[in-house]
Amino acid sequence: MKARITITLKPGVLDPQGKAIEGALHALGFGSVGDVRQGKYIEVEVAETDPARARAEVERMCNELLANTIIENYAYELEVA
Amino acid sequence: MKAAVIVFPGSNCDRDAAVALEAAIGKPPAMVWHGDAELPTSDLIVLPGGFSYGDYLRSGAMAAHSPVMREVIKRAKAGTPVLGICNGFQVLTEARLLPGVLMRNATLRFICKDVHLRVERADTRFTSGYANGDVVTFPIAHKDGSYFADDETLQRLEGDGRIAFRYCDPDGKLTAGANPNGSRDNIAGILNETGTVLGLMPHPERLADPALGGTDGAKMFKGLVESLAA
Repeated sequence: MKARITITLKPGVLDPQGKAIEGALHALGFGSVGDVRQGKYIEVEVAETDPARARAEVERMCNELLANTIIENYAYELEVA
Repeated sequence: MKAAVIVFPGSNCDRDAAVALEAAIGKPPAMVWHGDAELPTSDLIVLPGGFSYGDYLRSGAMAAHSPVMREVIKRAKAGTPVLGICNGFQVLTEARLLPGVLMRNATLRFICKDVHLRVERADTRFTSGYANGDVVTFPIAHKDGSYFADDETLQRLEGDGRIAFRYCDPDGKLTAGANPNGSRDNIAGILNETGTVLGLMPHPERLADPALGGTDGAKMFKGLVESLAA
Protein backbone atom coordinates (compact mmCIF):
# COMPACT_ATOMS: atom_id res chain seq x y z
CA MET A 1 0.00 0.00 0.00
CA LYS A 2 1.00 3.59 -0.39
CA ALA A 3 1.45 6.09 2.42
CA ARG A 4 0.82 9.74 1.62
CA ILE A 5 2.72 11.69 4.26
CA THR A 6 2.36 15.41 4.93
CA ILE A 7 4.95 17.19 7.06
CA THR A 8 4.19 20.64 8.41
CA LEU A 9 5.98 23.08 10.69
CA LYS A 10 4.60 23.22 14.20
CA PRO A 11 2.63 26.34 15.11
CA GLY A 12 4.92 29.07 16.39
CA VAL A 13 7.98 27.89 14.44
CA LEU A 14 9.11 30.69 12.12
CA ASP A 15 8.67 29.86 8.44
CA PRO A 16 10.59 32.40 6.32
CA GLN A 17 9.79 30.44 3.14
CA GLY A 18 6.07 30.60 3.87
CA LYS A 19 6.45 34.34 4.53
CA ALA A 20 8.22 34.82 1.18
CA ILE A 21 5.44 32.92 -0.63
CA GLU A 22 2.86 35.04 1.19
CA GLY A 23 4.62 38.21 0.03
CA ALA A 24 4.81 36.94 -3.56
CA LEU A 25 1.10 36.08 -3.58
CA HIS A 26 0.28 39.56 -2.29
CA ALA A 27 2.51 41.06 -5.00
CA LEU A 28 0.52 39.09 -7.60
CA GLY A 29 -2.64 40.75 -6.36
CA PHE A 30 -4.09 37.92 -4.28
CA GLY A 31 -5.41 40.25 -1.63
CA SER A 32 -7.32 37.52 0.17
CA VAL A 33 -4.13 35.69 1.15
CA GLY A 34 -3.43 35.52 4.89
CA ASP A 35 -0.80 33.43 6.64
CA VAL A 36 1.11 30.96 4.40
CA ARG A 37 3.00 27.95 5.78
CA GLN A 38 5.18 25.66 3.67
CA GLY A 39 5.54 21.94 4.29
CA LYS A 40 6.56 18.70 2.57
CA TYR A 41 4.63 15.88 0.92
CA ILE A 42 6.18 12.41 0.64
CA GLU A 43 4.76 9.21 -0.91
CA VAL A 44 6.13 5.91 0.31
CA GLU A 45 5.26 2.48 -1.09
CA VAL A 46 5.06 -0.01 1.77
CA ALA A 47 5.17 -3.74 1.05
CA GLU A 48 2.68 -4.54 3.78
CA THR A 49 -0.90 -5.78 3.57
CA ASP A 50 -1.92 -5.31 7.18
CA PRO A 51 -2.98 -1.66 7.76
CA ALA A 52 -2.10 -1.72 11.46
CA ARG A 53 1.42 -2.92 10.73
CA ALA A 54 1.75 -0.42 7.86
CA ARG A 55 0.71 2.39 10.21
CA ALA A 56 3.27 1.36 12.78
CA GLU A 57 5.96 1.24 10.09
CA VAL A 58 5.06 4.65 8.67
CA GLU A 59 5.01 6.23 12.11
CA ARG A 60 8.46 4.87 12.83
CA MET A 61 9.73 6.24 9.50
CA CYS A 62 8.29 9.65 10.33
CA ASN A 63 9.71 9.74 13.85
CA GLU A 64 13.15 8.42 12.92
CA LEU A 65 13.82 10.24 9.65
CA LEU A 66 11.07 11.88 7.62
CA ALA A 67 10.05 14.52 10.17
CA ASN A 68 12.12 16.36 12.73
CA THR A 69 9.59 16.28 15.54
CA ILE A 70 11.29 19.16 17.35
CA ILE A 71 9.87 21.54 14.75
CA GLU A 72 7.58 19.45 12.54
CA ASN A 73 4.30 17.57 12.78
CA TYR A 74 3.35 14.77 10.42
CA ALA A 75 0.11 13.25 9.22
CA TYR A 76 -0.49 10.44 6.75
CA GLU A 77 -3.09 8.47 4.86
CA LEU A 78 -2.80 4.89 3.68
CA GLU A 79 -4.00 4.05 0.22
CA VAL A 80 -4.74 0.36 -0.25
CA ALA A 81 -3.85 -0.60 -3.82
CA MET B 1 46.78 12.46 20.17
CA LYS B 2 44.61 10.90 17.47
CA ALA B 3 41.83 12.74 15.65
CA ALA B 4 39.34 11.46 13.10
CA VAL B 5 37.45 13.46 10.48
CA ILE B 6 34.26 11.86 9.19
CA VAL B 7 33.77 12.30 5.44
CA PHE B 8 30.22 12.18 4.08
CA PRO B 9 29.32 12.34 0.41
CA GLY B 10 29.04 16.11 -0.07
CA SER B 11 31.39 17.12 2.76
CA ASN B 12 33.58 19.94 1.48
CA CYS B 13 35.45 21.20 4.54
CA ASP B 14 36.91 17.85 5.53
CA ARG B 15 40.34 18.65 4.14
CA ASP B 16 40.34 22.15 5.63
CA ALA B 17 39.60 20.57 9.00
CA ALA B 18 42.38 18.02 8.43
CA VAL B 19 44.90 20.79 7.64
CA ALA B 20 43.92 22.75 10.77
CA LEU B 21 44.09 19.61 12.92
CA GLU B 22 47.46 18.59 11.51
CA ALA B 23 48.85 22.06 12.24
CA ALA B 24 47.72 21.73 15.87
CA ILE B 25 48.54 18.06 16.46
CA GLY B 26 51.62 17.62 14.31
CA LYS B 27 50.23 14.68 12.39
CA PRO B 28 47.28 14.20 10.06
CA PRO B 29 43.93 12.95 11.37
CA ALA B 30 42.34 9.73 10.14
CA MET B 31 39.82 10.39 7.37
CA VAL B 32 36.86 8.05 7.88
CA TRP B 33 34.30 7.42 5.13
CA HIS B 34 30.63 7.62 6.15
CA GLY B 35 29.93 4.08 4.98
CA ASP B 36 32.50 2.59 7.33
CA ALA B 37 31.03 0.89 10.34
CA GLU B 38 34.43 0.97 12.03
CA LEU B 39 36.03 4.04 13.48
CA PRO B 40 39.65 4.02 14.67
CA THR B 41 40.24 4.78 18.33
CA SER B 42 40.22 8.58 18.51
CA ASP B 43 40.67 11.28 21.13
CA LEU B 44 38.63 13.68 19.00
CA ILE B 45 36.04 13.20 16.26
CA VAL B 46 35.29 16.04 13.84
CA LEU B 47 32.17 16.25 11.70
CA PRO B 48 33.11 18.72 8.94
CA GLY B 49 31.17 21.31 6.98
CA GLY B 50 29.65 20.76 3.58
CA PHE B 51 26.41 19.56 2.11
CA SER B 52 26.21 15.91 3.15
CA TYR B 53 23.77 13.96 0.96
CA GLY B 54 23.00 17.18 -0.91
CA ASP B 55 21.08 18.51 2.11
CA TYR B 56 18.19 16.27 0.97
CA LEU B 57 15.14 16.12 3.25
CA ARG B 58 16.76 18.37 5.89
CA SER B 59 20.38 19.47 6.28
CA GLY B 60 22.22 16.74 8.18
CA ALA B 61 19.23 14.37 8.36
CA MET B 62 20.62 11.66 6.08
CA ALA B 63 24.15 11.87 7.45
CA ALA B 64 22.85 11.47 11.01
CA HIS B 65 21.70 7.97 10.03
CA SER B 66 24.76 6.88 8.04
CA PRO B 67 26.59 3.74 9.25
CA VAL B 68 29.56 5.49 10.85
CA MET B 69 27.28 7.75 12.88
CA ARG B 70 26.06 4.84 14.97
CA GLU B 71 29.63 4.48 16.19
CA VAL B 72 30.12 8.25 16.54
CA ILE B 73 26.99 8.48 18.70
CA LYS B 74 28.20 5.59 20.83
CA ARG B 75 31.63 7.22 21.32
CA ALA B 76 30.09 10.63 22.03
CA LYS B 77 27.87 9.12 24.71
CA ALA B 78 30.92 7.42 26.20
CA GLY B 79 32.67 10.80 26.44
CA THR B 80 34.86 11.09 23.34
CA PRO B 81 34.95 14.79 22.34
CA VAL B 82 33.05 15.52 19.13
CA LEU B 83 33.29 18.80 17.22
CA GLY B 84 30.66 19.54 14.56
CA ILE B 85 31.29 22.48 12.27
CA CYS B 86 28.50 23.93 10.10
CA ASN B 87 26.99 20.86 8.41
CA GLY B 88 28.58 18.87 11.24
CA PHE B 89 26.51 20.93 13.73
CA GLN B 90 23.39 20.16 11.68
CA VAL B 91 24.29 16.45 11.77
CA LEU B 92 24.76 16.60 15.57
CA THR B 93 21.29 18.10 16.08
CA GLU B 94 19.69 15.57 13.71
CA ALA B 95 21.51 12.79 15.59
CA ARG B 96 20.09 14.30 18.82
CA LEU B 97 23.54 14.68 20.32
CA LEU B 98 22.73 18.38 20.61
CA PRO B 99 19.29 19.93 21.19
CA GLY B 100 17.43 22.17 18.76
CA VAL B 101 17.49 22.53 14.99
CA LEU B 102 19.30 24.62 12.37
CA MET B 103 16.61 26.13 10.17
CA ARG B 104 16.62 28.13 6.94
CA ASN B 105 18.27 31.55 7.41
CA ALA B 106 15.75 34.30 8.13
CA THR B 107 16.89 36.07 4.94
CA LEU B 108 16.42 32.84 2.91
CA ARG B 109 19.88 33.56 1.46
CA PHE B 110 23.10 31.62 1.54
CA ILE B 111 25.46 33.81 3.56
CA CYS B 112 29.22 33.64 3.13
CA LYS B 113 31.14 36.23 5.13
CA ASP B 114 33.28 36.78 8.20
CA VAL B 115 31.34 37.36 11.41
CA HIS B 116 32.24 38.36 14.96
CA LEU B 117 31.62 35.87 17.73
CA ARG B 118 31.72 36.33 21.47
CA VAL B 119 33.24 33.50 23.44
CA GLU B 120 30.72 32.70 26.17
CA ARG B 121 32.54 29.75 27.72
CA ALA B 122 36.33 29.63 27.70
CA ASP B 123 36.45 26.86 30.30
CA THR B 124 35.66 23.98 27.93
CA ARG B 125 38.19 21.79 26.17
CA PHE B 126 37.07 23.26 22.85
CA THR B 127 37.50 26.88 23.86
CA SER B 128 40.46 26.87 26.24
CA GLY B 129 42.48 28.84 23.66
CA TYR B 130 40.25 31.85 24.30
CA ALA B 131 39.21 33.98 27.27
CA ASN B 132 35.62 34.60 28.34
CA GLY B 133 34.19 37.52 26.40
CA ASP B 134 36.84 37.40 23.66
CA VAL B 135 35.54 38.69 20.34
CA VAL B 136 36.84 36.52 17.51
CA THR B 137 36.38 36.45 13.75
CA PHE B 138 35.25 33.24 12.06
CA PRO B 139 33.73 32.89 8.59
CA ILE B 140 30.21 31.59 8.08
CA ALA B 141 28.98 29.90 4.89
CA HIS B 142 25.48 28.47 5.18
CA LYS B 143 21.84 28.70 4.21
CA ASP B 144 20.44 26.66 7.10
CA GLY B 145 22.05 28.22 10.14
CA SER B 146 19.21 29.77 12.09
CA TYR B 147 19.35 28.10 15.47
CA PHE B 148 15.94 27.22 16.85
CA ALA B 149 14.97 25.56 20.11
CA ASP B 150 11.81 25.93 22.18
CA ASP B 151 11.75 28.31 25.16
CA GLU B 152 12.22 25.54 27.69
CA THR B 153 15.31 24.19 25.90
CA LEU B 154 16.78 27.69 25.54
CA GLN B 155 16.31 28.34 29.24
CA ARG B 156 18.04 25.07 30.02
CA LEU B 157 20.95 25.92 27.69
CA GLU B 158 21.29 29.37 29.27
CA GLY B 159 20.95 28.09 32.82
CA ASP B 160 23.49 25.33 32.33
CA GLY B 161 25.94 27.61 30.53
CA ARG B 162 25.89 25.53 27.38
CA ILE B 163 26.03 28.38 24.87
CA ALA B 164 29.65 28.50 23.71
CA PHE B 165 29.53 31.23 21.05
CA ARG B 166 27.15 34.01 20.08
CA TYR B 167 27.07 36.34 17.09
CA CYS B 168 28.05 39.85 18.17
CA ASP B 169 29.17 43.21 16.83
CA PRO B 170 32.90 44.15 16.79
CA ASP B 171 32.57 45.38 20.39
CA GLY B 172 31.05 42.14 21.63
CA LYS B 173 27.49 43.48 21.86
CA LEU B 174 24.73 41.01 21.05
CA THR B 175 22.74 43.14 18.63
CA ALA B 176 20.04 42.06 16.17
CA GLY B 177 22.16 43.53 13.39
CA ALA B 178 25.05 41.23 14.29
CA ASN B 179 22.83 38.17 14.03
CA PRO B 180 23.35 37.02 10.43
CA ASN B 181 20.74 34.29 10.18
CA GLY B 182 17.95 34.79 12.69
CA SER B 183 19.30 32.41 15.33
CA ARG B 184 17.48 32.63 18.65
CA ASP B 185 19.44 34.61 21.24
CA ASN B 186 22.27 35.11 18.68
CA ILE B 187 23.37 31.51 19.27
CA ALA B 188 26.27 30.38 17.05
CA GLY B 189 27.47 27.33 18.97
CA ILE B 190 26.30 25.08 21.81
CA LEU B 191 27.61 22.30 24.02
CA ASN B 192 26.03 19.07 25.20
CA GLU B 193 25.30 18.48 28.89
CA THR B 194 28.77 17.20 29.67
CA GLY B 195 30.66 19.75 27.58
CA THR B 196 32.16 17.02 25.40
CA VAL B 197 30.22 17.79 22.22
CA LEU B 198 30.39 21.21 20.53
CA GLY B 199 28.44 22.23 17.47
CA LEU B 200 28.89 25.60 15.79
CA MET B 201 27.88 27.11 12.46
CA PRO B 202 30.98 29.35 11.91
CA HIS B 203 34.12 27.78 10.49
CA PRO B 204 37.23 27.93 12.74
CA GLU B 205 39.17 25.84 10.20
CA ARG B 206 38.75 28.52 7.54
CA LEU B 207 40.69 31.12 9.53
CA ALA B 208 43.38 28.90 10.97
CA ASP B 209 46.41 30.08 9.00
CA PRO B 210 47.80 33.59 8.37
CA ALA B 211 47.65 32.83 4.63
CA LEU B 212 43.86 32.56 4.95
CA GLY B 213 43.61 36.06 6.44
CA GLY B 214 43.44 35.24 10.12
CA THR B 215 44.26 32.77 12.86
CA ASP B 216 41.38 33.12 15.33
CA GLY B 217 40.22 29.63 14.38
CA ALA B 218 43.61 28.06 14.95
CA LYS B 219 43.28 28.85 18.68
CA MET B 220 40.35 26.47 18.91
CA PHE B 221 42.37 23.55 17.54
CA LYS B 222 45.47 24.47 19.52
CA GLY B 223 43.50 24.85 22.76
CA LEU B 224 41.66 21.61 22.08
CA VAL B 225 44.86 19.66 21.54
CA GLU B 226 46.48 21.15 24.66
CA SER B 227 43.47 20.46 26.88
CA LEU B 228 43.15 16.90 25.58
CA ALA B 229 46.84 16.27 26.17
CA ALA B 230 46.64 17.65 29.70
